[in-house]
Amino acid sequence: MRVTFRSALAGAVVAAFAFAGPAAAQQKVKIGFISTFSGPQGVMGQYMKDSVELAIQHLGGKVGGMPVEMFYGDDQLKPDVGVQVAEEMLKKDQVDFVAGIIWSNVMMAVEPVVTNSGHIMVGTNAGASPLAGAQCNKLYFSTSWNNDQTPEAMGKYLTDSGVNDIYVIAPNYQAGKDMVSGLKRYYKGRIVEENYTKLGQQDYQAEITQLRSKNPKAVFAFLPGGMGIQFLKQYDQAGLRGQLPLYTVYTVDEISIPAVKDAAVGIYEARYWSPDLKNPANQRYVADYKKKYGKMPVFYGAQSYDGIMLIDSAIKAVKGNLKDVNGMVKAMEKANFASLRGPFKYNVNHHPIQNFYLLKSVKTPSGDIEMHIQKTIFEKHKDAYYQDCKMK
Amino acid sequence: MMATLVFEQLLNGLQFGVMLFLMAAGLTLVFGIMNLINLAHGSLYMVGAYLTVAATQWTGSYLAGVALGLAGTLVVGMAVEVIALRPLYERDHLDQVLVTFGLILFFNELVAILWGRAALFASGPSWLSGHIDLFTGSRYPAYRAAIIVVGLVVALVLWYVVTRTRLGMLIRAGATNRTMVAALGVNIRLLYTVVFGFGAALAGLAGLLAGPIYNVQPGMGELILIQVFVVIVIGGIGSVRGAFVGALIVGIVDTLGRAFLKPLLATLISPPAAQSAGPALASMLIYLLMALVLAFRPQGLFPARGG
Repeated sequence: MRVTFRSALAGAVVAAFAFAGPAAAQQKVKIGFISTFSGPQGVMGQYMKDSVELAIQHLGGKVGGMPVEMFYGDDQLKPDVGVQVAEEMLKKDQVDFVAGIIWSNVMMAVEPVVTNSGHIMVGTNAGASPLAGAQCNKLYFSTSWNNDQTPEAMGKYLTDSGVNDIYVIAPNYQAGKDMVSGLKRYYKGRIVEENYTKLGQQDYQAEITQLRSKNPKAVFAFLPGGMGIQFLKQYDQAGLRGQLPLYTVYTVDEISIPAVKDAAVGIYEARYWSPDLKNPANQRYVADYKKKYGKMPVFYGAQSYDGIMLIDSAIKAVKGNLKDVNGMVKAMEKANFASLRGPFKYNVNHHPIQNFYLLKSVKTPSGDIEMHIQKTIFEKHKDAYYQDCKMK
Repeated sequence: MMATLVFEQLLNGLQFGVMLFLMAAGLTLVFGIMNLINLAHGSLYMVGAYLTVAATQWTGSYLAGVALGLAGTLVVGMAVEVIALRPLYERDHLDQVLVTFGLILFFNELVAILWGRAALFASGPSWLSGHIDLFTGSRYPAYRAAIIVVGLVVALVLWYVVTRTRLGMLIRAGATNRTMVAALGVNIRLLYTVVFGFGAALAGLAGLLAGPIYNVQPGMGELILIQVFVVIVIGGIGSVRGAFVGALIVGIVDTLGRAFLKPLLATLISPPAAQSAGPALASMLIYLLMALVLAFRPQGLFPARGG
């Protein structure tokens, strides 16, 4: 009696699993999205989440034709917290994909956790060079760029337009040095001085005095986040804006412009995307974003939107069979979706081969300050690391 | 050429030092008189900046914004003292650190809820947007010059209040022996609330002055707070005079280090080595200085008398 009861119970449990398991998996797709949602940098995460939600809205509330459940996780800008969040998503929430992540150091910790578990990771910002080169992975796709590419584009532009004697300023940490080495890969002119400042520095008046004393012809700056906001304000107050051209990467964007307003006008940036890119997907994204959230979208959001669209294209290609990871990887390699940057191809390392543009922040007749494309610097630019990528 | 550069950098250092002093004065007063370690001093700096931005937008006038921002921070400071800090005076410093750290989290989230996490636009008055022509031939932002003037005036007023007025006498007496002052019939509770409120207003003043040049964002106070602690450790905890001297030393050492340490090192060691050691050393300089002061004069350069 006892035995029969037990086996009956076991049978029922097995039957329930056999029945509920695949059926539930086919009913909906679960996506984990990790970003930084707290602290001063939480604002970037918010822009990414807003864009993810807009993407799902554009897809009619479905991803790959299936109802979608999103799991948002806050990495607090800490690699260990990122790993914790990813593990929880994979084990407890049983997500099918993990996407997002702003910071390279967080990505380097989280990516192995996701790909080792046999799931696809879609990076929508962090551009760590090892992941484009020696540590590339079949299951890892980027919808953004490699860190070096943007400063490479700026270096190319400065060389092409014959700008000589530039003053370089960047924070004293790995990404700061990477940006400058990316710049130097294509910039062949003279560098008057390289000034590495403290990470998170507030006051740049001493550096501004120093750079003025060196009489450079232009300034190249990589000062992301709050550092950039402070530098732009102080550069303007020192009377240098408009006097000494300022070329930046990851410093002037739609997050910093509202905080500095006119102090951003006339500053140059290099980027692969701009709100004024003329393609139907982008025009719809920018218009709907402004309508829904009442502000301009930023590139962090654009590439997160693309991340959802990439996942959507992969699920559609395998007709909703989320078990067919290989089939989805094959589909993703085709980049068969309407990217906001326009059509692009994936390189062998699963990083986009894409155009880079020179942007300038300008004041429109209506008084808004917007980034506008001035010219195309690179067409179909590949990153510098893909040859080290031996993907199996 | 070199002399004018050094002069300009000294001016930059003085300005940064004055900014630090405004923060340090409030922090050191509160510690010296109330024996309270207030980690949330940076939050009051942030509150000052945000209230001024909001009030300037609301009234449309910078000066009205400043007045309301200062008054608002004073009120917030007094409320914090009455609600959160009063039960802590008899406890040890660890409890104070815990509670005031909690206040940091509280204020950062509150500000994020009210104004969002994105940095706010904060501008100075248009009549300070120009430049001053220095005799060296270069231009100095008028706004930064104004910060120097405001800081020096505040230092003078503080010196006068603490050493020459009845309130100052009570403050000094309270720092030395609070039980005796209370026994003489002085309302020591009220005195504490007033002192804490004014300390908060000083932090708010620093915050509202910082708005147009720094980043007005949740968590902005913690960035400057560490340097402010260095200032009061160097100057002597609890001493306003020490805070003033300490702030100027830290401001000038930090600025000159950032400007001249790398070229100086390049004359001693190879330029590539100086290129990597210079920035690292420059950002450590004020902490090295603090370590030196702690080693040779642990009580600080101008320790507070008594208490």
